Amino acid sequence: MTTSAIALRRAAGEHPIARYVVKRLIVGVVMLAFVSVAIFFFTQALPGDVARQVLGQSATPDQIASLREQLGLDRPVVVQYFDWVGGLFTGELGRSLTSGLPVAEAIAPRVANSAVLVGVTVAILFPLALAMGATAAARPRGIIDGIVTVLILLVIALPEFIIAILVIVILATNVVKLFPPTSIIDSSQPLFAQTDLLVLPVLALVIGGLPYFTESIRTTLREELMSEYVTWARLTGIRERRVLWRYALPNGIGPALQVAGTTLVYLTGGIVAVESVFAFPGIGAALTAAVANRDLPTVQTITMLMAAVALIIYLVADVCGILLTPKLRSALAS
Amino acid sequence: MNTLRRMRHDARGLTGGALALAVVLLALVGPLVAPHDPGAFVGRPFQSPDSAHPLGLDVLGRDVLSSLLSGGLLFLAEAVAATIIGVGLGVLAGTVLATLPRKPADIALSFNDALIVLPQIIIALLVLTRLGSSPFTLIAVIAFAHVPQSARVVRVAVQRVTSEGYFEAARGFGARWGWLFWREIMPNITGVVVIELSIRLAISSVVLATLSYLGFGATADDWGSMIHQNQGGLTIQPLAVLAPVAALGCFLVGANLFRDGLSRALAKGA
Repeated sequence: MTTSAIALRRAAGEHPIARYVVKRLIVGVVMLAFVSVAIFFFTQALPGDVARQVLGQSATPDQIASLREQLGLDRPVVVQYFDWVGGLFTGELGRSLTSGLPVAEAIAPRVANSAVLVGVTVAILFPLALAMGATAAARPRGIIDGIVTVLILLVIALPEFIIAILVIVILATNVVKLFPPTSIIDSSQPLFAQTDLLVLPVLALVIGGLPYFTESIRTTLREELMSEYVTWARLTGIRERRVLWRYALPNGIGPALQVAGTTLVYLTGGIVAVESVFAFPGIGAALTAAVANRDLPTVQTITMLMAAVALIIYLVADVCGILLTPKLRSALAS
Repeated sequence: MNTLRRMRHDARGLTGGALALAVVLLALVGPLVAPHDPGAFVGRPFQSPDSAHPLGLDVLGRDVLSSLLSGGLLFLAEAVAATIIGVGLGVLAGTVLATLPRKPADIALSFNDALIVLPQIIIALLVLTRLGSSPFTLIAVIAFAHVPQSARVVRVAVQRVTSEGYFEAARGFGARWGWLFWREIMPNITGVVVIELSIRLAISSVVLATLSYLGFGATADDWGSMIHQNQGGLTIQPLAVLAPVAALGCFLVGANLFRDGLSRALAKGA
């Protein structure tokens, strides 16, 4: 055992929250291992002639032999799996079957583009959802409360690609032409210098993520506002605004973080459709193209990356939720 | 039935139900009344609406109205099949999860949760990479993606039943598992299963429509594919995009309003 592992174990033994984090980490790693087996099974281990499926009926025997060689398909499946998992650690993810470039090199700029897209979305979505949810909870039957109800009844039912199409119809083509309907990005310039190309995809993602997040904040805060400590605070004459932001909100932050985590994971699915609508060169559009071309190494890498990101998001949301919620924190410590 | 009677005065829920039903009827009857063969080229690409073609023509010069009328049946059938199979298996898996001894249940549950990590559209894309799209693979992959999610919901409901006295009593009398499942568990989780079916039907439709839009539908002329193919002509012939958008939108929003009404009616009855 390495010294860092010993230190980790010692810290974990002494501190209940550290113990929880370590336990949660182990569960996360085990889950990621499950997911990796599932991803490998559906891409590479599924019965059938992989090389012929990838190359199609017109492929020559030479091409098929060389693809078998490249993917190592002649070896036992278990060896192939561990070889692939080993590659995940060393960064040797194979070569794209379409471009011939190393997968890591091919998708790195796209990961960066998608990260900017999701980052900007989150920077707008989270504060907006928090403000709208809190206002709706504080003023039932007010304007914002009405908007949240409409969002939850109408917008939440629509797939992201339809929201994106409607955004294009209204803001880029038929009603007004404020922004470009596609986001063909000039890769020689930084994405931040081309903000007009970001506006519509971000807008579509914000509208798509808003209903669920706002509704959850509204429900959580409404419950807190009906609790005894809030009644007590009101009776002592504390102003309503302070009751909401200083007392109710901190107690609702744990559930809100869970919802934030779920929303972030929802966005990893949302970018697949939204990027395709706007031809935005991100990882979602890359996944769609890789699936269409049966580019197995690229599909494996992108889905594995998305699963890892999702697990990290859930882990961070869980741990922060516990650290920030007084009740849970003391329950764990006792 | 009692639940439906309670929805009688719920204008919102009924409007939603009517809206969704109208789209279902359109999809069912549509193929019979379509004025043209949806695959036939009847004019110039993106021709504007006229009396013979009330919704105009699409990117290849095909009649948009005929495509709209013919493009919903297979799509809705796939969504319904995937939902019933997925929720059915989810009920079984959830019951097993709820009745296993603690240790194996924990392990099974974390395996179940591992399958929920990826959004359903990503799972669908992953599985379709090798299998390719056909009605059969689409139904299978979407049903498969529902199972762990439904299992979670059903597990909680079943646990509530198995902790009740009447269940303990039935088990104490030596009732068989089949009896316990059909006579004790199922009648008490019907509400949960109905709501789960309505939520999953909406998600099946969303995932199927998205897959079609991305080019992974079973056919190339359902509503999702229509939107994709005609997107380039939005400024010239917007109806070719807006007609299928309206059909999908009415169905999904209607179904959501109906489900919302149903949940409230069930909650009132409980």
